[in-house]
Amino acid sequence: MAEIMYWEAIRRAHDEEMARDPLVIAMGEDIGVAGGTYKATQGLFEKYGPERIIDTPISENGYTGAGIGASFIGVRPIIEIMSVNFAWLATDQIINTAAKVRYMSGGQLTAPVVIRSPGGTAHQLGAQHSARMEKVFMGIAGLRVVTPSTPKQAYGLLKSAVRCNDPVFINEHELMYNMKGEVSDEEFFHPLEGSEVVRQGRDLTLFGYNISVHWCLQAAEVLARDHGIEAEVVDLYALNPLDRVGIAESVRRTHKAIVVEEAEAPVGVGSEVMAILNEECFFELDASPRRVSALNVPIPYNHGLEKAAIPNPRDVIESALAMVQGRR
Amino acid sequence: MTVVSSSLKSTNTSPNAAALSDADKVRLLREMLYARRFEERCYEAYVESKIGGFLHLYSGQEACAHGVLEAARPGRDYVVTGYRDHIHAIKCGADPKAVMAELFAKETGCSKGRGGSMHIFDVANRFMGGYALVGGPFPLAVGMAKAIKLKGDDDIAICFLGDAANNQGTFHESLNIAKVWDLPVLFVCENNLYGIGTRIERSTSVLDQYKRAAAYDIPASQTDGQDIDAVYAAACEAVNHVRSGQGPYFLELMTYRYRGHSMSDSNAYRTKDEEQRWLGRDPIALLQERLAKASILSDEDYKKMDTKVIDEIEDSVIAFAEESPAPDVADVEKYVLAENDPYVQGRV
Repeated sequence: MAEIMYWEAIRRAHDEEMARDPLVIAMGEDIGVAGGTYKATQGLFEKYGPERIIDTPISENGYTGAGIGASFIGVRPIIEIMSVNFAWLATDQIINTAAKVRYMSGGQLTAPVVIRSPGGTAHQLGAQHSARMEKVFMGIAGLRVVTPSTPKQAYGLLKSAVRCNDPVFINEHELMYNMKGEVSDEEFFHPLEGSEVVRQGRDLTLFGYNISVHWCLQAAEVLARDHGIEAEVVDLYALNPLDRVGIAESVRRTHKAIVVEEAEAPVGVGSEVMAILNEECFFELDASPRRVSALNVPIPYNHGLEKAAIPNPRDVIESALAMVQGRR
Repeated sequence: MTVVSSSLKSTNTSPNAAALSDADKVRLLREMLYARRFEERCYEAYVESKIGGFLHLYSGQEACAHGVLEAARPGRDYVVTGYRDHIHAIKCGADPKAVMAELFAKETGCSKGRGGSMHIFDVANRFMGGYALVGGPFPLAVGMAKAIKLKGDDDIAICFLGDAANNQGTFHESLNIAKVWDLPVLFVCENNLYGIGTRIERSTSVLDQYKRAAAYDIPASQTDGQDIDAVYAAACEAVNHVRSGQGPYFLELMTYRYRGHSMSDSNAYRTKDEEQRWLGRDPIALLQERLAKASILSDEDYKKMDTKVIDEIEDSVIAFAEESPAPDVADVEKYVLAENDPYVQGRV
């Protein structure tokens, strides 16, 4: 067991899969000679060469479609889209081709591609480099969406995604690549479905995914220490499909739920989790579920405005206190 | 400005192009005639409400798919195209019965009734699909060519699309990538002069599509898409170029579709005069007259051939499509994701 960074975990998964199978390739902008914007492929160009670690032109729809086409006939491409904001340009190929081709071919053809991309608000990158897209992709039939919150998940989810026969979108976060965590030295494969209780608690459930899992954990510490409130934290590492069973099970224990997401609230993870709670365990709820979400604005440049636009652990604590104390 | 076949740059017949035998030419005539009768029967079936959705017919363009694929290895080379896809699939080896059953939305259809006219697939014959977003197949063909290159096979990828697809970003992105990565992909542009209902002069700055490939330093040629001998000769050159490892090639074929863009098309955007001129260069009639003149196939034998084709389509293809069962509604959620994939659960 070694403590490694999130980017190192992703790099290790690439390396192992590429060493095992000559038809696993990686492609994306600046991933080769330049070593990858977030170092996810560092050193692999030297090891595997330009035919397998492919520097693409800045043509997101074109190279994503090319990866999908290659996946039709036995190649397993890991496509890196430098920022999820650029993945908007590739939505045609991801949604219209990768997600639908199995169905519309009657099961004959499948697109086992992995598309990795970081989203989220980093450091004053402005409206067009700070958005999130998981809410779009998680609503697409035929596309799996996972989102690692730790180096362990970053490694294990990528390993499973490469081997899985479905297209998988992996939603990463620009602020998380240097996060450290324990990853087993032994090879393992993380489930692509389900959720994980990462902190047990009896008083309420905090649902998070990706970076917001950490906000939930920080908030839970404070709630326990200062307020005697034991929050359960559930990590929704799989967004499509969402873990209906796990979501409902936790709330049957705690009877209260808050969904914490960095994205804007409308049509998002929070709204979907709340719908599941209504459908699965409405009568178990002791309070209206809440969302801690971004304001519904494009992410601003100014640092103060930027911080105001997205939630933080303090917002989670306040929401939890209000819920437990019966305030609005 | 008009674009007509008389203005075409002539394509040199490759000395390597294997000459088609008389028997091959008769077979190709039959295949094209079959394609025409198949598509016209689809028209009737659509009017009878046996076929739903959108239906884009290939009548008039038969020499393009047949001439190019005759020069390639149908069933082995990987082929993708847009939504006007029935005939490309059949020429690759798809069973016409399964194609018609697909149009009739039956479980026996080549896409099990889930795809429809615009999404014909026959992966066993390496017909990798019809796609309904204009320009969508360009990058898919490029990716398949990349996979071929990685595997070291001598197959090629062939992408058939219309002229209007070249106004999508994917055209430029894909040609650029194909050249930079030096991939075995043949782009076939079937220039039928119209993008849906807008004539090429009104949508496209450069009318000769093959010239646009020069922007990516990809060799290209333009030839008469109504004359299957010309298509075949040009395609032999193009296919040889790609298969011999010299990188991508762009082949433009000047052609015309007789029917509207789809069945919902009023056809009001073009003149009767223009339609008549193109009907005068019908690809099937051109070959048939040539074979009659050379005493290879008599008019009488051609008529017999036509009758047999019509009967075969009716008795075999249509009957199969009519009699086949519809998909079971209980199976509506099948084929969304892989079934029982062990990696979904993590541990294997």
